[in-house]
This record gives sequence, C-alpha cells and structure tokens, in this order.
Amino acid sequence: MPFVSPEVFAKEKISAIQDYSVLAGRAVANIFSRPRYWADIFTQMDSIGFGSLPIVVLTGFFTGCVLALQSATSLEEFGAVSMTGNLVALSMVKELGPVLTGLMVSGRNASGMASEIGSMKVTEQLDAMRALGTDPIRKLVTPRVGATVFMLFFLTILSDAVGIAGGALVSVLLLGLNASSYFHNSYRALVYADVVQGLTKPLFFGFIIASVGCYFGMNTKGGTQGVGRATTQAVVISSVFIIVVDFLISRTMIGIFGR
Amino acid sequence: MATTLPNPSPQQAPIAEPVVVFDNVCIRFDAKPVLENLSFSVDRGEQLIILGPAGTGKSVLLKLVDGLLEPDSGSIHVFGENITAMRETDRFKLRSRIGMVFQESALFDSLNVEDNVAYRLNEERADPAESHRRVEEVLNFVSLPTAISKFPSELSGGMRRRVSIARAIITTPDLILYDSPTGGLDPITSTTIVELIVKQRDVSHTTALLITHRLQDAFTLATNRWNVEENKMEPIPNGGIDDSTRFLVLNEGRIVYLGNTRDLVHSEDPWIQQYLA
Repeated sequence: MPFVSPEVFAKEKISAIQDYSVLAGRAVANIFSRPRYWADIFTQMDSIGFGSLPIVVLTGFFTGCVLALQSATSLEEFGAVSMTGNLVALSMVKELGPVLTGLMVSGRNASGMASEIGSMKVTEQLDAMRALGTDPIRKLVTPRVGATVFMLFFLTILSDAVGIAGGALVSVLLLGLNASSYFHNSYRALVYADVVQGLTKPLFFGFIIASVGCYFGMNTKGGTQGVGRATTQAVVISSVFIIVVDFLISRTMIGIFGR
Repeated sequence: MATTLPNPSPQQAPIAEPVVVFDNVCIRFDAKPVLENLSFSVDRGEQLIILGPAGTGKSVLLKLVDGLLEPDSGSIHVFGENITAMRETDRFKLRSRIGMVFQESALFDSLNVEDNVAYRLNEERADPAESHRRVEEVLNFVSLPTAISKFPSELSGGMRRRVSIARAIITTPDLILYDSPTGGLDPITSTTIVELIVKQRDVSHTTALLITHRLQDAFTLATNRWNVEENKMEPIPNGGIDDSTRFLVLNEGRIVYLGNTRDLVHSEDPWIQQYLA
C-alpha cells in the first residue's frame, strides 16, 4: 500500500465521507419523489429478507443456546440458574439479536450489493443507465436501502424469537429447568424500553448495510480486482459501523429510558 | 439488412445552430490533464469521426458530450443547452435525445435483448405491445431479429455491439455517440457495424460523433453511402467523399486536426502523416 502525506490522506477521507453522505441523502430523498421502482424493492426484499432467513435463524438459535449454556455456569454460583430465561431474553432482544443479525446480513448482503453494483460500474452499465435517462441511485440504491431497513426489522424479531427458543431448549434439556418458568421469566424480564431499544437498532443497521454496500459498489475502480476490494471494504466498514452505532444507540436509549 | 427505420422529423433546434459546441474545455484526472482547451462544434446532420492514439481522451470527450463527466473548465452546449451548468436530473431529459453506443456495449447482463433494447421505452412506461413492435423493428434494422429473447452472455461480441446500437437508436435520437463501435471485432463483423452506421447516417440523417481506432473503418465511413433501393452500402461514385463527414484528430489531449476528409489525407503535418501511415 503506497504511503501518502497526512494532508492527502485526510482530504481523501473527508471526500469519501462527503460522497457517502451525498449518496445516502439522495437515496433517502428519492423515497419521497417519483418514479419509484416497486418491482426492484420487492425483488430486493426477497433477496435480502427471505434469502437471509437460514443464516439469521441458525445464528439466532445457536446464540440463544450457547448463551443459556454459558450464563447457567455463572448463575449457578449465586444459586440463580432459574434466572437463565431473564438473561437470555434481555441479551437477545437488546443486543445480540440486532447486532448478530446485522452482522450476518452485512456479511451476506453488503458484499453482494458492493459486488453487483461494482461489476456494473466497471462494465460501464451504470454509465449506460445514466445515458438511458435513469438515475442509478434511484434505481439501484434506494430500493436496496428501503428493502434492507424493512426486512432487517423483521429478521431481528425472528432472530430474537429463535434465540429465546434455543435458550429454552438448552435450559430444559441440558439444565433441567422448567419450560414454563423459563418463558415466564423471559417475558417478565423484558420491559417496553428493552423492546424499543432492540427494534430501533435494526432500522439503523439496515440503513448502514445498504448504504455502505452501495457506496463501495458505486465507487468501484480498477476492474475485477477493484470489485473484490470494494466487496471486502463494504463488509468491513459496515460491520464496524454497526458495532459503533450499536454503542451510540445503546447509550442514547439508556439516557432516555434509564436502562 | 431487412427493414429501415423511418426518417425522423427534425426537432426543435434551428438548422443553423450546432448540435454540440465545445468551448475551451479542460478536464484532468488526478492532476493529469486529459483534455486541454478543446473547442469545436458539430452541426446538425454532421458525422464527426474522432481519431487518435489510445489514452488520448477520446472516450472522455464522448462522455463529456453526454454529461456523464463534468469538465474542470470550459463549457459544453448540446442542442443549445449548457450541459455543464445543468443539474443531473435535468440532464436526464436532455439525454432522451441522445443515443450512446459504449465501447464494450454495456448491455445490462441481467436483462434479455428485448428488455435491454426497450429499456428506455420501459422506463417511460410505454405500451408493452408498441414497445415490442419497436424492438422487433429496430432488431430487424441491425439484422438480429432472432436474438430478441437471448441474454447478453449468449451473444457474440459483434451481436452485443449491434444490440447496443439498437438500444441507442430505438427512440430515434437526434444525436448518436459511438464509442469505438468496431473495437475488438473481426474485419467482417466490423464491416457489418460500419454498414449499420452508414445506414443510420444516410437513412435517418442523425448527427453523430464516432470514435474509432481503425483508420480503414473511418475512411469506409467517409467514402461510402447507403443505397436505399438495394438496401446495401456502396462506394460513393467517382471517388467521392461524404460531405457530412468530418474528422477530429486528438493527440495528448489536444486537437491536432479538425476538418474534412480530403484535407486530412493531404495534411502536411508530420505527426498526422505518420499517424495515417
């Protein structure tokens, strides 16, 4: 990797942030004006939402399982194994459900968006689209952003549910807990603020995944090698963004709701 | 060559007004100048053939005309409108009058030939039956009627180029930009593409800017015409030259020649003589 002066480096980064902001802003603004590409939105919903079901369900389920298994060891020291349901439910709904679903969808879809749009960029298909009178941001970015935000919300709910179910399975079969007690404790552990926090996060994460994936795709340079680079950058940056924004949302929500 | 497209009626801009005007246009990439102080104009019905060594900014010039790139300085007027001062949303309207054939065809690989060719009509929500009829007509024009349901990956390089031409001309644009339409093709296929361009020029009288690396193709374009009765290309009698064809030669981002075919071949500029040789 060539070394550049700090000034050039800073200018490049600021320029990238500016370009990203413009792209994200235009993608959102396009929602409120015509034409709207409904067919593309539904296609993306199918691809992003339904296509991500297996990895989201498996990740959520086994995260719930392992969470119950690990927490039981610590809770046993306090004689509070029966509280496993509380811990699994709170962890899944507030943190692990949204974050792991976001990371999984990012790995699968941010990379897919970057490579698909990047391939179109290097083969001049984006230029052709503009030459034919279509705004590529409206046609390609806006449907992906809308579809990801919408579908990630429901994927997170699903992940939370199967995570709690996985915790229940381990609690009942391996820890010998009562299923009714587990679900009762899980239900009692969750309050309005927890659910709001857990369901606010996927809205932001969905936006990050799609906008970052599309940004790197639309700014691909350097042929097929550039497509590979854009794909990697999209996954890395969107994953880091998700973790950082998760912290910021958690802090804000704790400030608002007090938990 | 089966059918021909109807001759479109001239639109809006008065005859005297040039279709494309470059005024002192400069563009640079990463501090490297690509085009410097380019000034020229293209009149209605004229065909400007752009020649020059690889990497001299020919494709950049064509993208500037379509507003796909913005110059660092200078102005570009297309159909009398300053495209450099326009917002991107306004450029989309202007581009509805411009057809562009890209260097590598740039067909949408997820769409079949019909959807590629009818892309602009579909975006305009045209009647599907009417759209299908026009796709068939234009595919007949480029002699590819059987490729309508194929995908770009199933087509040869020459067929992709012809589909790209069909996509560019389906809305009978007032200006066509050809970016190396014969690049990378075998001589027989190149001749087929050149025939299509001559046919489009002489049947529809569309203003065109054309980049080519093949001097042979450039001079074929300048010395041949389309015989509408026999539906084939033929040399202009008595060694004649097409009056509507002009040449623009670029070298290192600057214009080294702008004029007609006769003056180009008789140029005494040593660089041009070497280039043409």
